[in-house]
Amino acid sequence: MTPMSDLTSIQRFHALANPARFMALSEKIVAPLAILTFALIATGLYFALFVAPADYQQGETVRIMYIHVPSAWLGMFGYMIMAGASAIALIFRHPLADVCAKSAAPIGAAFAFITLVTGSLWGRPMWGAWWVWDARLTSMLILFFLYLGYIALWATIEEPVRAARAAAVLALVGSINVPIVHYSVVWWNTLHQPASVFRIDGPQIASSMLVPLLIMALGFTCFFVTLLLVRMRAEILRRRVRALRLAKAGA
Amino acid sequence: MAQYLDMGGYAAFVWPAYAVAAIIMLGIVIASWRDLTRQRGLLAALEGDGARKRAPARSMDHLK
Repeated sequence: MTPMSDLTSIQRFHALANPARFMALSEKIVAPLAILTFALIATGLYFALFVAPADYQQGETVRIMYIHVPSAWLGMFGYMIMAGASAIALIFRHPLADVCAKSAAPIGAAFAFITLVTGSLWGRPMWGAWWVWDARLTSMLILFFLYLGYIALWATIEEPVRAARAAAVLALVGSINVPIVHYSVVWWNTLHQPASVFRIDGPQIASSMLVPLLIMALGFTCFFVTLLLVRMRAEILRRRVRALRLAKAGA
Repeated sequence: MAQYLDMGGYAAFVWPAYAVAAIIMLGIVIASWRDLTRQRGLLAALEGDGARKRAPARSMDHLK
């Protein structure tokens, strides 16, 4: 293998797509990333549960926000990773792209599920209902179902190349839902409150609450990336196992 | 302490929210890690098997 330092940036991008190089690199970074994830989430939890104040309207239920909001971001981020990797898989036949898309789906689905459950647990005391068919909640539920459909499609088609293509098309078609989730609170008159962090006029949230929220969001993002690498490694090994078994059966 | 755990009367909502997040996140970590170690084991077994078949002369197995 040519040393990475001798390559141009485009060549370096392609070299990282080489599964052997990916396996070597990811093996080195998984452990430090896992330690960073643990440290960030532990710090975030300390701030969220012990340091951050109660809200003047929501009381202590505001603490649910520190897991609900990062989960919602990661639920959408996961889908964008999945759709982006699916587009790369379809257009460039990048060897790692569909491995990445397939591996991201269960993590994104897990975050979408956490978002729905924690939102429901917050909604009951604050809105007086576990669930309302509000545009934000409904589009988030559709996002969760899209993840499940994507995972199910991979499971039903045995041949990886055909499964990858069908799943990539579903991921791309479903990606239309991500901006709908994000802008639902702007486009429709929803019960769900509008964005208070990612706004043109800057975050509308006190720093005593913003800091724990951002630490948790960073921790959840590191969690996502670490787990994505672990799952991608397992998927590459699974394909090698499959190839070896087929070769053996054919011999 | 009891006052803290009561979460201003919202304990029945705050703690289950954290518990669900912890269970789901730990669950997916354990499942992913187990899958990785399983695939590693399967591959090692297959590659070991293939290596023995390809190079019987270098193996001492036939002497046992």
